[in-house]
Amino acid sequence: MSALSVSYVILFYAAIGILVVGLGSRILRYVKTPAPLKIPTMPAPVTKSGVVMRLGREVVFFESLFKSNKWTWIFGWLFHVSLLLAFFRHLRYVIGPDNILGMLIGLEIVQSFGKYASYTMVIGLLGLLGRRLFVERVRYISSPSDYLMLLLLLSIAATGMLMTFVSHIDIMQLRDFAVGLFILQPANVPDSPLILIHLALVALLMIIFPVSKLLHAPGVFFSPTRNQVDNAREQRHIADWAVPLDETRGNK
Amino acid sequence: MADFETPVLQKYPVIPSITIDAMKDSAPFVAKPEHQDPLGFPGELVDDWKDRAIEKMGELLGKYRSFQVYLDSCVKCGACTDKCHYFLGTTDPKNMPVARQDLLRSVYRRYFTFAGKYFPKLVGARDLTKEVLDEWYSYFHQCSQCRRCSVYCPYGIDTAEISMAAREILDSVGVGQKYCNEIIAKVHKVGNNLGLPEPALKDTLEGLEEDIEDDTGVKVRLPLDEKGADILLITPSADFFAEPHIDGLIGYAKVFHEAGVSWTLSSYASEAANFGMFIGSYENMQKVAMRIREAALDLGVKRIVHGECGHAWRVAYSFWNTLAGPFDFLDPNYPVPQHICEFTYDLIQKNKLRFDKSQNDHRVVTFHDSCNVARATRMGDKPGGQFEIPRAIIKTVCNNYVDMDPDTIKEGTYCCGGGGGLLTDDLMEIRVKGAMPRMQALNEVVEEHGVTNMAAICAICKSQFTKVLPYYKMGMDMIVSVHQLVSDALILTGQEVDDDEADEDAA
Repeated sequence: MSALSVSYVILFYAAIGILVVGLGSRILRYVKTPAPLKIPTMPAPVTKSGVVMRLGREVVFFESLFKSNKWTWIFGWLFHVSLLLAFFRHLRYVIGPDNILGMLIGLEIVQSFGKYASYTMVIGLLGLLGRRLFVERVRYISSPSDYLMLLLLLSIAATGMLMTFVSHIDIMQLRDFAVGLFILQPANVPDSPLILIHLALVALLMIIFPVSKLLHAPGVFFSPTRNQVDNAREQRHIADWAVPLDETRGNK
Repeated sequence: MADFETPVLQKYPVIPSITIDAMKDSAPFVAKPEHQDPLGFPGELVDDWKDRAIEKMGELLGKYRSFQVYLDSCVKCGACTDKCHYFLGTTDPKNMPVARQDLLRSVYRRYFTFAGKYFPKLVGARDLTKEVLDEWYSYFHQCSQCRRCSVYCPYGIDTAEISMAAREILDSVGVGQKYCNEIIAKVHKVGNNLGLPEPALKDTLEGLEEDIEDDTGVKVRLPLDEKGADILLITPSADFFAEPHIDGLIGYAKVFHEAGVSWTLSSYASEAANFGMFIGSYENMQKVAMRIREAALDLGVKRIVHGECGHAWRVAYSFWNTLAGPFDFLDPNYPVPQHICEFTYDLIQKNKLRFDKSQNDHRVVTFHDSCNVARATRMGDKPGGQFEIPRAIIKTVCNNYVDMDPDTIKEGTYCCGGGGGLLTDDLMEIRVKGAMPRMQALNEVVEEHGVTNMAAICAICKSQFTKVLPYYKMGMDMIVSVHQLVSDALILTGQEVDDDEADEDAA
């Protein structure tokens, strides 16, 4: 293996490690931190299944964002859906066509949707960047990292598009590299500059995930205003740290 | 009238351009040691305030999932930037919810996150300095914790949670707000925000009984500390004190009278308000709530009914069970607590109340959804009952009702501008400016539909509107209690209905 391939293998194992451990420990922290009071944003569902629906609408349709601002919603939703479609397309690099999942991924419809999703992804990202640059209020709240995050995603999308539509790479070799990572038999990375940039940026994205605002992805599931059932009168809700206070809280 | 300009009401809502630092000098009076001590806070800024503030932040991160998740999750999408009434009214960008959160998030990042520790400039992290602390004191007292921003945030980030945490941190280093902390101490000592002792309360209630009898010829009681009564009424102390609150209290008394139930007020727990919530103090909020449990046990009541008060209804509905429950000693056939609107609505459903709607014909009424009732509680069995039940009551007792702009009511309602512990004269500028979006929507229905009155079910809303309506060239008496409308139309059993008078009023 070339030195370049060795460094990419190390990079990816490091990135996966940081992503899994970093995200895992963050999620563990969210799980372990209690929500001592009932604070769902009302009107809220009165049953658990209602809460599942509410979170589902939030995650799938971005319901609250839709209520807030249609432009941000369109660009944001377009980007995320495109990302999901592109992700499905990329699964062909790690899942072979010899099982049902692989066959589904290999379907023309999944592949072409994934392909053209790159356009909508870029439109979405440019829209979000445009809002950040040109809407005074959004510009005011933006830090350098907010712009860099969009540029990072745009660069990943752009290099991916170049490989899809302009300068193809050896995707069998890429597949061997990707599978090799998973079965712990590292293989050479294709040495086209485009794929090397694309992969490096993806690794960077994975590395910064647990230490950046990308934590909104797990965060939404742990948001007490969205995931609590409206049943405060019916069921007593009390955090572990508040239990001892019951003993000292008053005379009765 | 004041050393600031009242915003000009536009024909339609407008999202303003930002004006940097427009409200940087707004800050409430700082609590003195005598206000801080009874709450268990240091009397003045402690020497090692920086370490203690960071330590407190760390403690809260471990105790409140909301605080931890919300500080991590914001993507700066801007969805909330035009949603806060204080931003719309002041144009100060730090009154945009995300920017308000960032005043604290920037410090969180600096001390608690990898990115902020090693790349502070990149992610907008900053050291905690005295200037930052002062900025917190200023801008976290320009938030009424109304939760409107949380409705529109894709992650449900609730600035109220951040501002409560910020105030708790400030209190823990000795920088408290005089208004809130003085009041909480009064409740701990006397039992209500106004510091009304039992004899004064008794006098007031007797006076009201006489007023009702003079007015209707019927003896309606307002009992105090009556052991063995079925219902304990917990209501904001403003109801004992000022217009239009007191007319609401008369309304509750008449409804109880017609329902034929025995009820009582308590001089020990003569306050529904719980400012412990505003300062984010679980312990103080619990201590205030416990007075109600103690009063209910002492008086041996079977039910608790709650008067018209917004944040208090939030504490009662959402937090009482946690803080002062379980209420297994009360009658399980009724919700604990039950809102007076639920109580009245129930009687209306059962046809137990008789009304002469024409008594309210001189009014065209609209309803202001109080922020805490709308976004932090419920009434009845179904989600949204907090919107429908008060409206159903008003429509039962009034012939003329119109809603304001749909974007400004129900879950999207604008705060009155005086909630969250800001209802103090030293914050008049932010109160007046923060009321602008509500005033704009009200003005619209006044001009288009001839609305004469706005009804509310919150003591803070009522006090705030009484004060700010004149700034916007509207009458302070436009604001009424929902149970004032009920009271005016309710026909008491045995009451002599004077037809002539009814006709006069209708004319």
